[in-house]
Amino acid sequence: MTPVRSFWMRPLLGALGLIALFGTWEASIRLGWVPSGLLPAPSSLGPAWLEEVRSGAWIQAIRDSLTHYVMGLAIGSVLGMLTGLLCGTVPLLDGLLSGVVRVLRPIPGLAWVPFAILWFGLDTAGATFVIAVSVFWINFYAAYGAVQAIDPDLYEVAASFGHGGFWARLRTVVIPASAPGVLAGLRTGLGQAWMSVVAAELFGVPGIGARMMQASSLLATDLVVVYMLTMALLYALTDTVFMLVRGRLLGWQG
Amino acid sequence: MNAVVTDKAETVAGMGDVVVRLDNIGLSHDHGRSFILRHVDLEIRRGAFVAVLGPSGVGKSTLLRVIMGLIRPSEGTVSLHPSPTAAHRPAAMVFQDAKLMPWRSVRRNVELGLEGLGLTRPQRRERAMAALELVGLADMADRWPRQLSGGQRQRVGVARALTVEPDLLLMDEPFGALDAITRGALQDELLRIHARRHGTVLFVTHDLDEALILADRIIILEGHPAGLRGDFAVGARPRDNTAPGMRAMAERMRRLIAGEPDPGADAAYWQASEI
Repeated sequence: MTPVRSFWMRPLLGALGLIALFGTWEASIRLGWVPSGLLPAPSSLGPAWLEEVRSGAWIQAIRDSLTHYVMGLAIGSVLGMLTGLLCGTVPLLDGLLSGVVRVLRPIPGLAWVPFAILWFGLDTAGATFVIAVSVFWINFYAAYGAVQAIDPDLYEVAASFGHGGFWARLRTVVIPASAPGVLAGLRTGLGQAWMSVVAAELFGVPGIGARMMQASSLLATDLVVVYMLTMALLYALTDTVFMLVRGRLLGWQG
Repeated sequence: MNAVVTDKAETVAGMGDVVVRLDNIGLSHDHGRSFILRHVDLEIRRGAFVAVLGPSGVGKSTLLRVIMGLIRPSEGTVSLHPSPTAAHRPAAMVFQDAKLMPWRSVRRNVELGLEGLGLTRPQRRERAMAALELVGLADMADRWPRQLSGGQRQRVGVARALTVEPDLLLMDEPFGALDAITRGALQDELLRIHARRHGTVLFVTHDLDEALILADRIIILEGHPAGLRGDFAVGARPRDNTAPGMRAMAERMRRLIAGEPDPGADAAYWQASEI
């Protein structure tokens, strides 16, 4: 296979798979294989979406969810990364926090929902908190693991050439060397945060999740699917932007 | 800190131009119950090319790290006497396997030691490029380390150390991981650079032939704890390693490394080389 053909082959096959999925789906409804009402027909999604856009609800839901997403992701990722980097570099802190980490780590972000409601209420802050908790641990472990995996000889190299102090080491070795691992954690968090957005909003904070809840209580399954696809689109967008930035930062990995 | 760094060569007046002096160095990791290095005394004069020869795992690299200041000795002192030149470092090290930073371009790797010397960015760039020119890799300046061969990476390691214009260049089995042809080429190049720059080199190797090719003076590190067991002045260049005198000297070194009694001990043994 020539490089040019293989370059186009994958996206082409991917598109073909999607067409096959929607085609079978549409056909199974039209041919009556699936009882109506259980699943909306793909052809009904367009009109449902247009109506949602016209009423302004679609844009509003996206705007609300993006706010929760960006804030929760930013706070959780930054705190997780910093804590992970510091635990990786400062053995004293690592030791002090090892017990705390063991206790808190297995608790999923969603388990904090009662406290999120109690402390912050059913609003942006509550949703942000739940999302931040869920991405915190992903980023914490990614950063912590990345620091642990650094070739210790590089500290020796840095020290030999005048970068022996804590901050100099952090700048010349720890941060650049752990960047691939840290960014891998950030990327996992990008996906995880979307799941948490919906989960947090299912409890009533306005956004895509809340809108899906309302739609399902009205048995508007086409609207539920519209929002499912909306999330898929938003995730694809954030992931693509992220991969572009990552490619620029980690050109040395090739 | 036990290591003493004095600013001016004048402070060691009467000792000639000594770059580094080790005084009764000992190293223990268990508070003196056992020692890795013990009673190591050594003086290296400016411009000398000294090889530290000894069996694998004896503590040669450790000794180098003590001199570099990366490990603090348990006993004794290391005194480095750097020249008063501005924007240079007293000592620089070439590591086994180069140990480049994979996220820095070749040029930025060479600039590592120049950062923090008060140079401007163009000055750093200029000096790094001059060092890369010296090792024949100027056209690779913008590559990533992963794009280089093992030999090229080690050349960059040499450039990174040379560019800080060290009074003492420490080399830790730098060519050990290379194939024979590349190793030979780099040895030739190192000798060429040394002849041109008149730097002082302390070169660790477990390879007797390599030591005989490169060094003017060979010291033997052997034993548990390791100490200096021999100190040889190798003849001037061009050098014939097959001459009877050289072969006898090489044989004595081989026995010392193996921990056997020295057949020539009554002769010139323990006569400190004056190079």
